[in-house]
Amino acid sequence: MKVLAAMSGGVDSAVAAARAVEAGHEVVGVHMALARTPATGRTGARGCCTIEDAGDARRSADVIGIPFYVWDLAEQFTSAVMDDFVSEYAAGRTPNPCVRCNERIKFSVLLDKAVALGFDAVATGHYARVDPGEPPTLHRAADAAKDQSYVLAVLAPHRLSRALFPLGDATSKEVVREEAARRGLSVSAKPDSHDICFIPDGDTRGFLDSRIERRPGAVRDREGRRVGTHDGAQGYTVGQRKGLRLGTPAADGRPRYVLDVSVVDNTLTVGPAEDLAVAEVVASESVVWLAEPPAAGARVEAQVRAHGRAVPCTVLEADARALRVDVGGALAGVSAGQTLVLYRGDRVVGSGTITSSVPSRSRGSAAGELGGDGPLDL
Amino acid sequence: MTPDMPSSVYLDHAATTPIHPVALRALTEELAVGGNPSSLHTSGRRARRAVEESREKLAAAVGAAPNEVVLTSGGTEADNLAVKGLYWERRAADDRRRRVLLSAVEHHAVVDPAVWLAEHEGAELVWLPVDAEGRLDLEAFRSAVEQDPASVALVSVMWANNEVGTVQPVAEVVRICAPHGIPVHCDAVQAVGHLPVDFGASGLDALTLSGHKMGGPVGVGALVLRGGLDLVPVLHGGGQERGIRSGTLDSPSVVALAVAAGLAVRDGEDEAVRLAELRDALVSGVLEAVPDAVLRGPALGPDRLPGNAHLTFPGCEGDSLLYLLDARGIECSTGSACQAGVPQPSHVLTAMGIARQDARGALRFSLGRTSSEVDVKALATEIGPVVERARSAGLASRLA
Repeated sequence: MKVLAAMSGGVDSAVAAARAVEAGHEVVGVHMALARTPATGRTGARGCCTIEDAGDARRSADVIGIPFYVWDLAEQFTSAVMDDFVSEYAAGRTPNPCVRCNERIKFSVLLDKAVALGFDAVATGHYARVDPGEPPTLHRAADAAKDQSYVLAVLAPHRLSRALFPLGDATSKEVVREEAARRGLSVSAKPDSHDICFIPDGDTRGFLDSRIERRPGAVRDREGRRVGTHDGAQGYTVGQRKGLRLGTPAADGRPRYVLDVSVVDNTLTVGPAEDLAVAEVVASESVVWLAEPPAAGARVEAQVRAHGRAVPCTVLEADARALRVDVGGALAGVSAGQTLVLYRGDRVVGSGTITSSVPSRSRGSAAGELGGDGPLDL
Repeated sequence: MTPDMPSSVYLDHAATTPIHPVALRALTEELAVGGNPSSLHTSGRRARRAVEESREKLAAAVGAAPNEVVLTSGGTEADNLAVKGLYWERRAADDRRRRVLLSAVEHHAVVDPAVWLAEHEGAELVWLPVDAEGRLDLEAFRSAVEQDPASVALVSVMWANNEVGTVQPVAEVVRICAPHGIPVHCDAVQAVGHLPVDFGASGLDALTLSGHKMGGPVGVGALVLRGGLDLVPVLHGGGQERGIRSGTLDSPSVVALAVAAGLAVRDGEDEAVRLAELRDALVSGVLEAVPDAVLRGPALGPDRLPGNAHLTFPGCEGDSLLYLLDARGIECSTGSACQAGVPQPSHVLTAMGIARQDARGALRFSLGRTSSEVDVKALATEIGPVVERARSAGLASRLA
């Protein structure tokens, strides 16, 4: 096959490209230039955060012995991922930009362009497994700790069928690093990248502050009592504890979390951890099925964060437009905008963008199952 | 793939052109002998003689006096030396001289030092507009000079543009500056060997040339500096090149540079005719296969570098075209090579008023000594299907 290897400049995508060559494919390396350099009077300005990464990717391609190009996808990335990230937060939702990038850039713009240029598939350094077939199926990686099937679950079958994940069988990141060193790839010891590539300093709040106009508003408890002031509801995430700066301690002295973000009346609702527990999760946007939609009443597993765990759930509704599951309080801190992925064992069943959730407390059920799902302190 | 490999169709001579076999021989022979031209002993004297004979040969090739040739590590260094060195010298003599006038289509080796001067040394840059063909607007230039001649530190206008091949009205620029005693620097990297360049007759004060654009080795070039004109050095050290450019002279490269320059100038006239014919055939071949491709820069004729063809292909991304041609063994460029690898719309095309979207689909084909009909025919055969495919990729890569 003619394979385009997307090379970020990191160790995973470099080893993935090398493995694709070894598998007998005709491979071309491509680095996506995603940072848009602001236009200034200086025509010589070409600096951006990816220059070193592009250089690392080029050097890896040289060592592997494949042609290498840089493709400028900055415009598409800015609009489909960065602007989307901002507008989702502005709408009080919590986006996952990596999911978005896979869905709209890597396996959309890049893949379509590659296919148009005569390539059969795009290879990336993701840790996940695809079983080719009609339709293809997506599975968790051999290394559960590195598994990235969650951020790939949004790919429609016709896109997944053109995806290659040569690292899906890797048993650990260390194995991949050792392999990189063995292959003479200088990126073998390069540190892992940040979660959000376009916020290299990790300061999401700072990034949003310069892009969203926020004004102070009320922080209220479940009973509607004002317990503090926030500097703009946008930028807070359901489940967040840090940065609330509540003056009045809760009566019981226990930590309080964001339970709800309302952009419309610029209000945050806070409460104790157990109130984050969710009974039902509804995802009625961007629904994708990678298996037959399960019948109502079926038992599958649900995951709502890239690094979260999957919890058992019961399917309430599953069709082309929506999926709705009963997680019985096993998930906490679920926000609109996140992706709900359903698994059956290690196989991805389907996914959708979360549009709402039903808190356990409103159903009056005990929230005893609340466990350590994901970081509450986002 | 090296340019001389028959399997590759090399249409990127403006990036670098294969070293002339005679220059290569001179280079290796001199490399084998060695010696530091600054040494006083026998081997030093021998090396010095080789360098000075080469300096004379190079000077003769471009109509300069031998003592006007300042040898450098290449075009970028010569441009930096001219722009920074003249600015510092002129400002030191009169603090009002802070304006640097330069065309909007200069090479980065001129643009970036000028920008650096503006950011760090109080220079005030005046970007001079060009017309749709990339030619300097002389009236705008004249008024920029005459508005306040005493404040002009220097002027830098290239001989011919590296992307679209436009030959600039350098003689007129000199004529406008001369009455005011304003020094004019000219980056002639693309011109020497392709167009008649006579430094003495030009009236220029400084001229940049580069070895590897005319059949010499990479890493050597010169700033030709009018006798009696001083500038502040960029490199300080052992005092070579009359203290203007310190550093042990690279005698093998200098010898090869002079050989290449001599040959390029000797053959220049005939070669220009041959290349222009080939280039015209290349352009018609492309336009026949892709009727809506647009030739950018001046009309095919004396106002354009003979080996330059620059076209934009509507609906295509330059990087797609480059990849598809490369995969078929045809090597060209999307404009000037971008080492960082992060593509930017060309400032040259932007200055010519070409829309960003059109500029994205640009390809430069440049011919040289080793170019033949075979190359032109190969491109004419491949370009049609390549553009068709790139167009579908251009559509595909738009956001859904």
